[in-house]
Amino acid sequence: MKYFRHVLVILFILNFNFANAQDNDLESKITKNLRCLICQGQSVYDSDSDFAVSLKLLVSKKLEEGKNEKQIYDYLKDKYGEWILYDPKFDKSTYFLWLLPILLFITGGAIILRLFIIKKK
Amino acid sequence: MKIRIPFLFLTIFFLAIFLVFYKGLQNSNIYVPNNNIEKELPNFKAQLFDKDSEILLKDILKKDKFYLINIWASWCVPCREEHSFLISLSNQKNIEIVGLSYKDNSKNAKNFLKELGNPYQIILSDKDGTNSIELGAYGVPESFLIYNQKIIKKIIGPLNNKSFIEIKKIIK
Repeated sequence: MKYFRHVLVILFILNFNFANAQDNDLESKITKNLRCLICQGQSVYDSDSDFAVSLKLLVSKKLEEGKNEKQIYDYLKDKYGEWILYDPKFDKSTYFLWLLPILLFITGGAIILRLFIIKKK
Repeated sequence: MKIRIPFLFLTIFFLAIFLVFYKGLQNSNIYVPNNNIEKELPNFKAQLFDKDSEILLKDILKKDKFYLINIWASWCVPCREEHSFLISLSNQKNIEIVGLSYKDNSKNAKNFLKELGNPYQIILSDKDGTNSIELGAYGVPESFLIYNQKIIKKIIGPLNNKSFIEIKKIIK
């Protein structure tokens, strides 16, 4: 009975931990996709600069206000431009960036397929 | 001939990729924010400096008037450099300067103003830095020239002789 109680207490405490982690998930996801504009190659999530700390606070405030992920991205894009997002949108300036991996994959597949077919024949 | 066609195709393909990346290498990878785009001023509640009351930004800024919102802090060294320009601007008739005290201790901020003079008509306090982000600021110091509740110019970093003359030209 004593052990059972201990296990219950531990489970109870762990449950709090789980609930907390769930709450922060969306906030972490958003801040990981935001570029820290005054740092070198760091996301807002990774950085501890004044800019990043304030931005993290603002994201959590906006989430509390009931804004969704896309609304927050649009809001920040309007303030700081497309550069703040790590996930660039698909348009004429980024189509090469998006299509190149697919193109390489298809070309590679075609070469492998051809080689196998030629070998079989 | 069968082998040559894929070979030719691959060579052209990689050459094209090489050319695109080679061209990309010569582009500058330093991000330069666009400072001259006219933007609607965000409206947010800010705390008044050294007071408990809050005020809406758009309630301070009247239409048909020039305002300079200056983000500053007593711990920021470049803010000391630009302070003389702010004092000179505050003597101009058609502009009012609004200070936004960024992540600062109020005692230090007061000492800073006592030492260098107070160019601000009104001072707001941004304890957690979120108001500055709502304005679209990168850090401190930074200034926003406002007209008709629109941001017409943004000066990132301390004001200098060049930006001072530019502002004076705009507000004439």
